[in-house]
Amino acid sequence: MDKHRFMKAVLPYLLVFPAMFGIAVFVIYPVLYLGYLSFYKYNLMNPAKSKFVGLENYAAIFARDDFYKSLFNTAVYTFGTVVLTLAISLAIAVWLKRSTKLNAFVQAGIFTPHIVSIVSISLVWLWMMEPNLGFLNFALKSLGLPTSQWLQSSDTALLSVIIVSVWQGIGYYVLIIVAALQGISPSIYEAASLDNASNWKVFYKITLPMISPQLFFILIIMTIGSFKVFDTVRMMTNGGPNNATNTIVYYIYQNRTTNIGYASATGMVLMAIIGILTFVYFRMLAKKVHYQ
Amino acid sequence: MASIQLKQITKTFDKHDVIKDLNLDIEDGKFTVLVGPSGCGKTTLLRMIAGLEVQTSGQIYVGGKDVSKVAPGQRGIAMVFQNYAIYPTMSVRENIEFGLKNNKVPKAERTELVEGIAETVGLSDYLDRKPSTLSGGQRQRVALARAMVKKPAVFLMDEPLSNLDAKLRVQMRIELIELHKKLGTTFVYVTHDQVEAMSMADKIVLMNKGEIQQEAPPEVMYHTPSNAFTAQFIGVPPMNISAMSDGFSFGFRPESASLSKEKLLGAFAAHGRIVTREMLGSETIYQLKTEHGSFMIKSIDDSFRVDDEVHIAVKQDKLHFFDARQKRIAPSEPAYEQSLDLLRGRRYG
Repeated sequence: MDKHRFMKAVLPYLLVFPAMFGIAVFVIYPVLYLGYLSFYKYNLMNPAKSKFVGLENYAAIFARDDFYKSLFNTAVYTFGTVVLTLAISLAIAVWLKRSTKLNAFVQAGIFTPHIVSIVSISLVWLWMMEPNLGFLNFALKSLGLPTSQWLQSSDTALLSVIIVSVWQGIGYYVLIIVAALQGISPSIYEAASLDNASNWKVFYKITLPMISPQLFFILIIMTIGSFKVFDTVRMMTNGGPNNATNTIVYYIYQNRTTNIGYASATGMVLMAIIGILTFVYFRMLAKKVHYQ
Repeated sequence: MASIQLKQITKTFDKHDVIKDLNLDIEDGKFTVLVGPSGCGKTTLLRMIAGLEVQTSGQIYVGGKDVSKVAPGQRGIAMVFQNYAIYPTMSVRENIEFGLKNNKVPKAERTELVEGIAETVGLSDYLDRKPSTLSGGQRQRVALARAMVKKPAVFLMDEPLSNLDAKLRVQMRIELIELHKKLGTTFVYVTHDQVEAMSMADKIVLMNKGEIQQEAPPEVMYHTPSNAFTAQFIGVPPMNISAMSDGFSFGFRPESASLSKEKLLGAFAAHGRIVTREMLGSETIYQLKTEHGSFMIKSIDDSFRVDDEVHIAVKQDKLHFFDARQKRIAPSEPAYEQSLDLLRGRRYG
């Protein structure tokens, strides 16, 4: 009887243990260790010589211009990527809403970049954006349009990286939005047409609110993802020219060998920024999102 | 208020004619019910009147005006959908006033209209609620209010009661009849349920396979069905129909037969054994196996039991005869006497 009661009390913990163990080892421990490192002047050659410096690393971050530069770049990149991806995905999804054979083909085509490694994509775009021999300038020239320096100029480099990210990402988001659009009951649109609603009104008052949960999800996921952008920057620009495309994660990466404590502190700051941003989103938008 | 005329309407889906050369006049201010088995084209017909479906050929007139190419929102009609099609993201108030807003009705007038209608259908306390917090019956009322508030010339309803439970359905049926009386507007109501059709309609339009079988008031359709299909579609249980020679057949309603343990006399008489018995309260339905086939008999006498040997008889004026093309033979037609002879010959032969 006692044994039975013991089992009843212990069994739930036993069952959640494997998952909890994984989270503890792979999520909680690394985050805590990152926080721990951020308080040290860490010596990679001889960890024993590491020195506790308190909030010194954090003070250093907020005193340095290159941090603000990369934070600004990241913000611009995030804003550009999120807005462009959402707008273009939504437009394409509305266009591809009706399930015909042609639409399925186009959708598969748009989705393809998503299954290709971002490294390969970055390399291909790197060549296409080459100012003298690249395809993009060749195409612009043959159309009689002005060419661009793309990644080679600090004016256009960040935009070029944004274009590649958007191009790679839209297929996936189109897929999500198309699924959401197809989930809307056609009779609601019929009711709206009997209510004499214009196309714009139907889109604004019915379609958008109906897919708001998916749009909100995309907004959050993309903001977090964009704030952590690294691979395109690493492959295409290495943060250049003149730090024009240096983003926070790449900034952390640059400090990985020279100053582990400083890099860790930057990581903690990044985590806090993303956390605050997500919180603000929920505060501002959650009421506007319609859940069925 | 408006009448509706359908002229030579044909609707083709994937090269298959769902409706062919259909003509129908729906009278102004009447409660017309389109009824028929599923797939008979009744919903397609309703959707064509609404403009949600475009006819392959033919014209539709609402209030004498050709609306064949007019957008749904400008035909002066309102529709209640089977699944209500309420806008889930809008409050009850927004749902009801959406059509008014689109038609640029001024705000003060809009508020007055919405609140008046909400009062009528009993939704006043729910105006600021979201549809997801309402019960099935309340959603039904939102759908009705949304249709009513536009003061349409024609009300279209596509099986509006099929998602309600049995009790609420009966209650809403009465409310709809009252609503029709109060508004005096043309109602076109689609259902597959002949009980709904019988109880609500001023006129029933019975369809099968895209063709109109009969247009008549409920009692006319019940007592003088124009063919065997109508006779068997209307009424529960359906009319008993049994074949005679030359493709002719005869039939009678389950309640038209008298039932007894003694031998009975009538234009048609038979004896058989009770196979099933359904006691429904005020009446009992027996299934009888006889030498002429099996018949359903409705009786107020519940004293018979399964396996009892019984006699039935039907008077001549309660008998119906159908010719080889399934059409009903009226007593005035010469073929009627011939049918009676066939029945007698069979009885004595």
